[in-house]
Amino acid sequence: MTGKPILEVREATKAFGGILALNRVSFDVREGEILGIIGPNGSGKTTLVNCITGFIPMTSGKVFFRGKEISRKPAHKIADLGITRTFQIMRPYYSLPAYKNLIIPLFSPRAKRTGGWRGGGRLGDRATVSVDILEEIGFERDSFVPYKMASALPTGYLKRLELARCLALRPEVILCDEVFSGLSMSEIASMVPLIERLQMEGITLVMIEHRLRELFRVAGRVLVLNFGEKLMEGTAEQVMADKRVKEAYFGSEEVEEVMTYA
Amino acid sequence: MTIGELRKERVDRGIKVRTEGIYALMSWRELAYLALPRLVLIAGLLALPFLVPGMYWQKVISIVSIYALLAISFDFLAHYVGLVSLGGAFFIGTGGYVAAIANKTLGLPIFLTIPIATIAGAAICTLLLLPCLPLRGVYFAIVTLMYPLVLARIIEALDILGGTDGIMGVASFPGHWTEQYVVIIMVLVFLFGLRRLVNLDIGLVLRGVKDNDQAVRASGMNITRYKALAVFIASSMGCLAGACLVHIYMWAGISLFALDFSILPIAATVIGGGGTLAGPVLGCLILVPASELLRAFGTLRIAFYSLILVGFIVYKSEGIMVFGQRKYHQFERWVKI
Repeated sequence: MTGKPILEVREATKAFGGILALNRVSFDVREGEILGIIGPNGSGKTTLVNCITGFIPMTSGKVFFRGKEISRKPAHKIADLGITRTFQIMRPYYSLPAYKNLIIPLFSPRAKRTGGWRGGGRLGDRATVSVDILEEIGFERDSFVPYKMASALPTGYLKRLELARCLALRPEVILCDEVFSGLSMSEIASMVPLIERLQMEGITLVMIEHRLRELFRVAGRVLVLNFGEKLMEGTAEQVMADKRVKEAYFGSEEVEEVMTYA
Repeated sequence: MTIGELRKERVDRGIKVRTEGIYALMSWRELAYLALPRLVLIAGLLALPFLVPGMYWQKVISIVSIYALLAISFDFLAHYVGLVSLGGAFFIGTGGYVAAIANKTLGLPIFLTIPIATIAGAAICTLLLLPCLPLRGVYFAIVTLMYPLVLARIIEALDILGGTDGIMGVASFPGHWTEQYVVIIMVLVFLFGLRRLVNLDIGLVLRGVKDNDQAVRASGMNITRYKALAVFIASSMGCLAGACLVHIYMWAGISLFALDFSILPIAATVIGGGGTLAGPVLGCLILVPASELLRAFGTLRIAFYSLILVGFIVYKSEGIMVFGQRKYHQFERWVKI
């Protein structure tokens, strides 16, 4: 499973005024793996995703995708290369039905290029393709759900819609910013196999999570951030056994619960 | 039983299938149900020049259409792309001056100057607005408001393009029937064209930019490009209106940059119902003749005007068209809470 690195982050640094949100963070994401990123609140996880995907410019540092530098490219160019992201705060296109939400990414240059007619390219019927993608991700095709306004959908479906928006681009990497948060236990239980299937389909995933138990089930390696710095990197077992991680999460019941569990 | 114990329930008519915009038509009656409002609008607008008394009111109809084009373009930008434009005057002025120059200086006939002014004017407007398109927030509104003021002052101060006298002796339309039908048909073409556009895939992208521009960027699309496209479409309507206006008045001057052209379309959109595209046309059909009738009051006109506007915002903020659509498409009944 340890392929060659697909994303290389080198000394990523981001300063907001005098505060270092990220301080020289370096790591690799290998092709086909699921990399978990954990850390206490405010440790810079979302900033890291924003920097990699070009949504905010890095103060210094470099990001390489398949050996090519992407750290100065605008967000849409990076997405066009196949590095997609979900947003922590889901903001679908509220005034459109769920399936029309997907027509927008299907209209993008990348989807037209990579999808062929099935992807909704030049010849495809994007409405049909978007319902197909929604079914794949857990919207019941023959129900009303795919045709409902996005503003009327519950959180679970909105999280899936965020993922579907990435899938419409036929991505190589998905950076998931807390896809499990705000979901009920049963919703998470149905989401985990989905994540595993995406990996089997060859998509590399970077997952920011607070739900450690579920994350440790799927993630091959885990990166721990604390106060904008890389604390450690390793397998789930190594991370759980590490003292510094325990200290960073001091008082957080979740880690202890997971640790006693393991 | 008091009002407090009752609630108004709204039920969609059965003709709608699954979602907005998909209809299953089973009979002529259902076909008529959908076609009738559209046909009434088309036939009504086309018949308007015959229905009004005298030349004066026929001129008013032309002005209504000019404002309607501006109002549709405002509604399109504000409710489908998320750009609040105060640039009606900017578009009218640019289109108007381009048409006047093409006609007077280059000596082109009217049926060339109008298309040229539409395309070239829109290109100029889009280029000038391009720098503020990547910004979010009120900047677009501010810049579109400033340009007409700046351009009017430049023309005045440098005494170019006729200075304060303007460009006189611009060719008129061949006849007043041509004049009216050109503008009315243009209103219909752009109204139905835009209604179609916003439901095409590319229109959905524009609506996506309004709802959540970050997600559009995350989908690998350059939002500035799409905003520029939308501004080009909207400003081409404004420039077309400006070119027609210049040929109607046979004169282009700095009053083309008057603020009326920015404010009235917004008022018409508020009254007619934003986001419907047809609503702003309705708003213009009410506001422009109303302002003609109020002319007797002199400068108090603006006061009455503002009162009408405030009244609408307070009591029917959704607008006539949205209200009408709801009444037409839904059953309402009172149910016990």
